[in-house]
Order: sequence, then structure tokens, then C-alpha cells
Amino acid sequence: MSASLQKGINALKEVIDAPVASYFSSCVHCGLCAEACLFYVETGDPKYTPIHKLEPLRRVYEQEYTLLGRLAKMVGLSKPVTDDELESWKELVYDSCTMCGRCSMVCPVGNDIVYMVRKLREGMAVSGHAPDGIKGATKRTVEIGGPMGLKWPAVANVIKKAEAATGEAINVDKPGADYLVLLSSMEIVNYPEYLEALVKIFRKAGLTFTLASDAFEATNAGIQIGASDIAKVIVSRIVNSAEKLGVKYVLSPECGHAYMAIRWEGPNLIGRPYKFEVVHVLELLDDLRKKGVLKVKDKFKDPLILHDPCQIVRRGGVLDAPEPLIQSVAENYIPVVDKQKWNWCCGGGGGASAIHTEEAEALRAKAFGIKKRQIEQAGVGTMVTFCANCRIVIEEAFDHYGMNTQLLGLTELLAEHLED
Amino acid sequence: MNEMQFLTWVRGPGLDIAVGIFLLGVLWRLIEIYLLGRKQDVAPGRHREGASGLHTVFRRSVPPPGMVKRSPVSYIGGYIFHIGLALIVFFFMPHILFFKSVLGISWPGLPSQFIDLVTVVTMAAMVVVLFDRINKPVKRYLSTFQDWFTWTLTFLPLLTGWLTVQHLLLPYTTMLALHILSVELLLIFLPFTKLFHAFTVFGSRWYIGKINGHRGVPV
Repeated sequence: MSASLQKGINALKEVIDAPVASYFSSCVHCGLCAEACLFYVETGDPKYTPIHKLEPLRRVYEQEYTLLGRLAKMVGLSKPVTDDELESWKELVYDSCTMCGRCSMVCPVGNDIVYMVRKLREGMAVSGHAPDGIKGATKRTVEIGGPMGLKWPAVANVIKKAEAATGEAINVDKPGADYLVLLSSMEIVNYPEYLEALVKIFRKAGLTFTLASDAFEATNAGIQIGASDIAKVIVSRIVNSAEKLGVKYVLSPECGHAYMAIRWEGPNLIGRPYKFEVVHVLELLDDLRKKGVLKVKDKFKDPLILHDPCQIVRRGGVLDAPEPLIQSVAENYIPVVDKQKWNWCCGGGGGASAIHTEEAEALRAKAFGIKKRQIEQAGVGTMVTFCANCRIVIEEAFDHYGMNTQLLGLTELLAEHLED
Repeated sequence: MNEMQFLTWVRGPGLDIAVGIFLLGVLWRLIEIYLLGRKQDVAPGRHREGASGLHTVFRRSVPPPGMVKRSPVSYIGGYIFHIGLALIVFFFMPHILFFKSVLGISWPGLPSQFIDLVTVVTMAAMVVVLFDRINKPVKRYLSTFQDWFTWTLTFLPLLTGWLTVQHLLLPYTTMLALHILSVELLLIFLPFTKLFHAFTVFGSRWYIGKINGHRGVPV
């Protein structure tokens, strides 16, 4: 057995806990999880059945933690997990799983499948079987600061533009501000108007915010690849900076996995609660809306549907904010059938959008079929969402299918229609 | 061994062995699973009504929106044979008498003609779900020896019990002995196969409810 495989198996042994043992002991092979998975639903290929994606983890569990499994292993009756197997599982654990968690919603015996995929990735990453695209993103985040290799000057540039557009100075590294605002690289590169929107909204609300030159990146590639040690390093940058600046709140950007990383995984990675609160930008906006701070001057007229990003809504628990916010700014909001915690993933979460092999891209486009039908069935020309990664993935899919649907970010849409 | 001796054995030593393995097996498996424990979640939780372990233990008994349409046989067949099994095991008068002789407690039963009907319906449902397992690509793909084996283990007590009551195929004594033997096999294998979900289903649902409930998501 190679040293890296041994490390991978040790990592798997380490992440197996009572829930995992209970889940594997409960599975009756009913296959209902497949019906909740966009990759199975769109391809019809049974290999994409979520519980099947966990087979290496299940076998390690059985061979290491059950009496009969250990006996079978001793007499050589069990099939050991090999490097070849993990390599072939890469597609199932990364390309065709966005950790959207929809499968976990339907399992009749209550198996939290996405909880286990997250754990399996620990073993995949450490044994060297993560896809190159995510490896690269992780390496860039550790060495340079963000998954796309952006450095502070790029952020400074966006700040300068936002200052010019809004006529307002933006704080950097300012101690004692109410909020530390985090960005995701995709926002910096593709959606710089997000920062302008925040300036406008904070001014309205009478709140202050700062950016931190040593902690601007909210996303955490360590979590997507499944390397907790790296994830801890990345999240610590934010924690150290926020606690040094003494802010009350850290504002997670729209980006879904960033929210999951900083809000839910972060404290567990560093082993303690923070000295500040993490707030998702939609939670702040909804709070301001309830207080009557966010008054719109006019509404967006065209009919539109909402795409609920998995990590913010279904997995992150920001369930109640999005709909009232969109209703406050859109005149013709059309709810889709599978909405809120039942929404279907864009197809590119969980690091999948960083995988650029031909097969992964083709699969992603195919999996988007379900979103495409949602748009067509609602008969709308506009979709609104609140995750920078979803936006990139969806725009790529629009291009792929030649759809002329308009995609908008919720925060910017609100900012655009705010009273001056 | 004649048929009486056979029946005496399955009622005596056979039953003791089976129940012994069953009880020790269940205990061992529960310890093996739940003593693994889990790390405490130190992220400050979000409270939402309906998001808890206990809520999910009950909620998962009801199909999620749209799912019955996607896999009708799993749900309808599944409900029928689970409810059927429970009715037969716990509300057939001879079974209640057996529990009374072992546990000393009894409860009212259901008319035996009704149990007859339930048994036929339950067997039919099990045949249908078996056919679904063969027919549906995902189920066939997931299936291993254990799936066919546990189906057989569950089906045999139903079939032999029904044949016993109907006085069909074999002399009553032999059929009854076979029925008891089939139950003993079921008991012996239950803790070590997927049939153990009968116990872990509650823990699994509770965990998923609790883990997601911490983030304020009712699952």
C-alpha cells in the first residue's frame, strides 16, 4: 500500500463517527437518494446514486469498525480500498457531487449523505485523488490568498472603482467598524458591483464596514477539496483579522460555500466559537427590510424566478430571508415548485465549477437541464440568485444552451431599486 | 428426528439460541455504532421551530414532496409491507400468546381472517418490491447478495406462517416447525445485515435532524 493511500485510509478512519456508523447500518439500498440527485435525474445513470458515491468510506467503516467486518478482513475475505478505486471514484465524489445535500433531504432512514461525502473527501484529498482543478484552487488559496490567485491590488482596484461610483470612501483595516466585509474572488473579478451595492445599503442603514487587506477572501477551497488542515489555515486568516480589528460582525458575501465555511465549519475547524458573529448578507438585508430601512423607489417589472443556492439555504439555514427580499423588489416573482430547501443545485457547487476537464464540463451542462426546465416552465426571461459561484455556473450554462435569460444578483438588484 | 422432535427442538433450544444471538447481536451492534460518538458542534446554533432530531424521527416517515411520484413502488410497497409485518407479528392471536408465554404480558389481537388477508397483501407487496429491485436500474445497481438474502429471510416467515395457518403443502406440525425455524434465522441475521435498520433508523433520523437542526434547517 502506498504511503498516500495509507494516509487516506487513516483520514477516513478518523472521520468515521457514530452518525456515519448509524447511517451505513441503516441503508436499505432503496435508491431513493438517486431521485433527489441532479446528476442521476439528468443522466439516468445509476452510478450517480448518492449512497453509491460513498462506497469506499462504507467499506473502511465495515472493515475497521464492525466486528464481522474486522473478522472478514483478518481472514482475507474483504475487498480492501485501493488507489485505483479511489482514482476511479474521483468522478463520483467531485465531478458529480456538488455537496448540495438534496439527497440527505429524502433518505427515508435519515442518512445524511452529504455529511458523509464531506468526510470521504478528507480521504480523497490526502491520498492525492482530488481533481487537479480543485487542487490548483486550493494551492492558490494557500499560497496567494484566493482560489483564482487574486492579490490585494485587485481588490484595491475594485474598492477604488466603487469609491468613484458612489462618491464615498471605503474603509480598509479600520478597527472598530461594525462589519468586516468579505468578498469572494468571483465577486472581485466578475461582479464588482456587489461592493457598490453594499456601500449604498450600509449608508442607508447608518452602519459602518471595513475590508481587511489580510483577509478579503471568503471562500475556502480547503473545505471543497476536503482538507481540514488547509481549511483551518484559510479560515484562521479571517478570524485573526476580524478579532484584531474588533468588529462585531463578519459579513459573508452571497457566495454559498463561503458562508458554509465561515459560518458553520469555521468554529469547528479552529475548535472554538468566534468573538464576533457571522452574518450572511441576505440576513442583514432582511433585517434591514424588517426595520424599514430598505425602501425601494420602484420595482423590477419583468417576471422572474429565484434560484436558492444550496449552501446558503438548504445547508446554511438562511431559509426565510430570500423570498421576502425578492418580493420587496420584484413585481412579478414566480415561485418555482422545488424552492427554498428543496431547490435544485446549479450543478457547479462544492468545487465542481473549478474542475475543467471535458467530461466534468459536459456533465455539468447536462445536469443544468433541470434548472433550464424550471426557467422554461415558469416562462420567465430573468432569474435571480445570491451566490457568485452559482452565477458563474449558470451563465456558462446559458451560453452553452444559447439561452438569452438574464441572471441577476439579489443584493445588486435591491441596491439598484433603493430609494436614494 | 421426527416432526414432533423437530418442533420441540425449534421451540426449545433452537429458539434459545436464536433469541440469544439476536439479543447479544443487537446489543453489540448498538454499542459498536453509538459508542463511536461525535464531536460537539461549536458553531453557535440557529433555532428554528421544527428543526430537531425528534422532529425528523417522525418527519421521515412521510414521503417528501414529489417523491411518491418518482418512486411509487418504493413508497406504497414499502408502507404496505412494513405496516403488514407489524400487524402480523404483533396482532396475530397465536403470536400474542407466544409473547405472553415469554414476556408475561398480552394485548388484544386482530381477527385471524383479517390477519390472513394482511398476510397475503404483505406477501404480494414484498413480491412487488422485489420485482422493483430487479426492474429499476438504480436498485438493481445497488443490490448485493445481502439484498436478496434479507428479502428471503423476511419473506420466509410470512410464507411458512401462512401455509401453516392454511394447512397447506406440509403436515401442520412440520410447517409450524419450519415457520419457527425461519423466524429464528431472521432473528439471527437481523443484527448483522441491513435488517438492522429496524433499530438504527431512529438514531440515524435523530442525528440528521439534530445536525441540520443546529443550522436551523428542518430536514
